[in-house]
Amino acid sequence: MNTRVNTIKALFRRELASYFATPVAYVFIVIFLMLMGAFTFYIGGFYERGQADLRPFFNFHPWLYLFLVPAIAMRLWAEERKTGTVEFLMTLPLTPLQAVLGKFLAAWAFAGIALALTFPIWITVNYLGDPDNGAILAGYVGSFLMAGGFLAIGSCVSAFTRNQVIAFVISVVLCFGFLLAGFPLVLDLFSAWAPQIVVDGISSLSFLTHFADISRGVIDLRDLIYFALVIGAFLYANTIILRWKQAD
Amino acid sequence: MLETKGLTKRYGRHTVVDELSFSCGAGEVLGFLGPNGAGKSTTMKMVTGFVAPSAGTAVVCGHDIQTDTLAAKRRIGYLPEGAPLYAEMTPRQFLEFVADVRGLAGGERRSRLDEVVEQLHLGPVLNQSVDTLSKGFKRRVGLAQAILHDPDVLILDEPTDGLDPNQKHEVRQLIRSMSEEKLIVISTHILEEVDAVCTRAIIIADGRLLVDDTPEALAQKGGGDLDDVFRRVTQGGTLDDAEAAA
Repeated sequence: MNTRVNTIKALFRRELASYFATPVAYVFIVIFLMLMGAFTFYIGGFYERGQADLRPFFNFHPWLYLFLVPAIAMRLWAEERKTGTVEFLMTLPLTPLQAVLGKFLAAWAFAGIALALTFPIWITVNYLGDPDNGAILAGYVGSFLMAGGFLAIGSCVSAFTRNQVIAFVISVVLCFGFLLAGFPLVLDLFSAWAPQIVVDGISSLSFLTHFADISRGVIDLRDLIYFALVIGAFLYANTIILRWKQAD
Repeated sequence: MLETKGLTKRYGRHTVVDELSFSCGAGEVLGFLGPNGAGKSTTMKMVTGFVAPSAGTAVVCGHDIQTDTLAAKRRIGYLPEGAPLYAEMTPRQFLEFVADVRGLAGGERRSRLDEVVEQLHLGPVLNQSVDTLSKGFKRRVGLAQAILHDPDVLILDEPTDGLDPNQKHEVRQLIRSMSEEKLIVISTHILEEVDAVCTRAIIIADGRLLVDDTPEALAQKGGGDLDDVFRRVTQGGTLDDAEAAA
């Protein structure tokens, strides 16, 4: 057990360090923070609303993540395939699950670092008024979980291909589908032919609905389980793709 | 120590490796010969557990690579073709990462790291990113990672490819120096290499095993010329033809 955890830790450290070894991490964090600020203050009307909460801030997270999170995830496996290091990695004594977890957790930690660096906005809103900090914390938790869901999708897609651009585009489309699963744009694709129970099932898969629930300040166990299941399912699919590529 | 049993790999209808069976033990340096596309690399990928065979299996130190994968992988050191490395890491970071994944710890970790750095003369470039290293150094980092955990079975896919004559000489010396207690399998299409380091040569073409003999015996059959044997065998003839011609 202990050696298994150590293996994941070693992979995690290597992967996280590799984000910061190149300009990728810094460019990403700067752009992320700039966009967050721009959306919150200009489009979200942070000041004009005159309310001490972070609703305008969290409202844009799903849409920013839609493009930025696949950008973090696209390299996870595609780059290893492209450079051939995947052969080195997968002949080390580790299981596909360990490799998938190590990489995913590193990418998630990186997203967490970027998210944590938005703390000035939390300071701002506390300086200006008297917000419900419990609700803000819930918003951060929901946002982090949603990033994890997007990352798991992106990691899984990345394992399919050696081309990072393809991984990025397909991840964005899939994430978009998950984001809007509860809306007519996606549901109409299914409602014409699928039985009602399937349509209802799909509509309950929406990231947007679950995130909105949490960011309202209510951390419901069902929403937590939902994100845990999405992450678990895509990471499991990720290991299957790795095994399948091995037989290919 | 290493045994392949009917190892086969098919891609669609194309058979890349065709029921390859051989076994070898400690102290041997097995040269894996064949023209490009003969199935050498695919065989190595199957033996090391990167590619799953379509049929058959490989057993490493008593551990089946397909059912007892982790135990088998622990016994193997592997240098993949072209020695792929993480470009943004330094050799030190890279080797420390491998040590961690391989479960080396404490004094053993330190002493093994020092030892391979010395054996492969990596000292001067230890803190320079892999990206900026010459081909020779990259190959040596790849070799260092393969021998770091002092494996029983060392599998090297074209270990001297693209190196200059001095570097080739060094790598061959390293192979010879380790060969006593290990099984070393090297693939190559350079025949002088077989002469220089191998105790046994296997020639494959189109995924089939054609010849399994010592380099000396092979050269004898080709009238002292390994090249000649290689050409005849891999171009559809048999060893008897080569013998007859000689």
